[in-house]
Amino acid sequence: MTALPPFSALLDEHGPAVWRFVRASVGPSDAADCYQEAVLAALRTYPSLTRADNLKSWLFTVAHHKAIDHHRRVARRRETAEFPPDPAAGSPVEPADELLWDAVRRLPTKQQAAVLHRFVADLTYADIGPLIGCSEAAARQNVRAGLATIRKEWSA
Amino acid sequence: MNDHLTNRLRATGSVPADVLDQVRAAADAEGLVDVAWATTDSPLGRLLVATTPVGLVRLSYRVDDEVLVELADRVSPRVLELPARLDAVRRQLDEYFAGRRNFDLPLDPTLSVGFRLEVLEELRRVGYGTTVSYGDLARRAGNPGATRAVGTAMRTNPIAIVQPCHRVLPAGGALGNYAGGVERKRALLRLEGALLV
Repeated sequence: MTALPPFSALLDEHGPAVWRFVRASVGPSDAADCYQEAVLAALRTYPSLTRADNLKSWLFTVAHHKAIDHHRRVARRRETAEFPPDPAAGSPVEPADELLWDAVRRLPTKQQAAVLHRFVADLTYADIGPLIGCSEAAARQNVRAGLATIRKEWSA
Repeated sequence: MNDHLTNRLRATGSVPADVLDQVRAAADAEGLVDVAWATTDSPLGRLLVATTPVGLVRLSYRVDDEVLVELADRVSPRVLELPARLDAVRRQLDEYFAGRRNFDLPLDPTLSVGFRLEVLEELRRVGYGTTVSYGDLARRAGNPGATRAVGTAMRTNPIAIVQPCHRVLPAGGALGNYAGGVERKRALLRLEGALLV
């Protein structure tokens, strides 16, 4: 077994991409909480990992689950009370880019995750498949379909 | 697929400092950090200090990834930069360089085993401003013939300065070796008044 690297090195290397993924997935106002949940969840299980060969993919799996938890919570909140959707107030990114991320967040869950893992996290299709629960080919198809939808919204 | 849209999706940007601080504090509060580390500036250059819940486990002149990798291997991979956990260590180091004579810090001996641990325990009794020879220290640790092993214990001392291996000299007046370089050894001995020149 390869020894696990110091967690701080892992966070230096992949933390920024995890942050961008989380931020794009759950939106700017919930990004800090979701990122924190992901990092703490990763720290909790880190010493018990038996393999050190694809830690990036593992870290994104943890973040992916936390993002899904978040989406479920938001969906439940919307069912029980009529909260308005997050207006992304105070977002530090360009407004034009925020429109792009809104379009990403409106994609079906699997497509959204596939697009973010491919472009924000820069994972391979072989990694994305198991992460979102499908084959490598289906992961590729989800990315293609997601991009097509975003393009359509943009040209509309 | 490398066009305008996918380029914009490849967003850049790092984690905001306040978010990082918040995550570190939450990890600490939940007891998820087995090895907390920080760097600190000293008159001898930058130092890396690391602590476990037991106590100070590493004080290194080397400030690089390899020191953290060794801590991950030999203590726990849950290694995180957490300067707040090292406030007392950094304060006492500042005071030492300003003339303080003793450290009052709990130590974690995890990185030292066997005879090396015994030698380092004996070393801690060598007081401020005094020196001892390798042979003397071997004798005090109960193994008079183990001068070379004492040398190894000094060279691999995981907690420099606080476990004062700079106070160990060869018989005959030379300064001998030091993991941080002989110039640092000279500077520490001068600071303590054990060397006049």
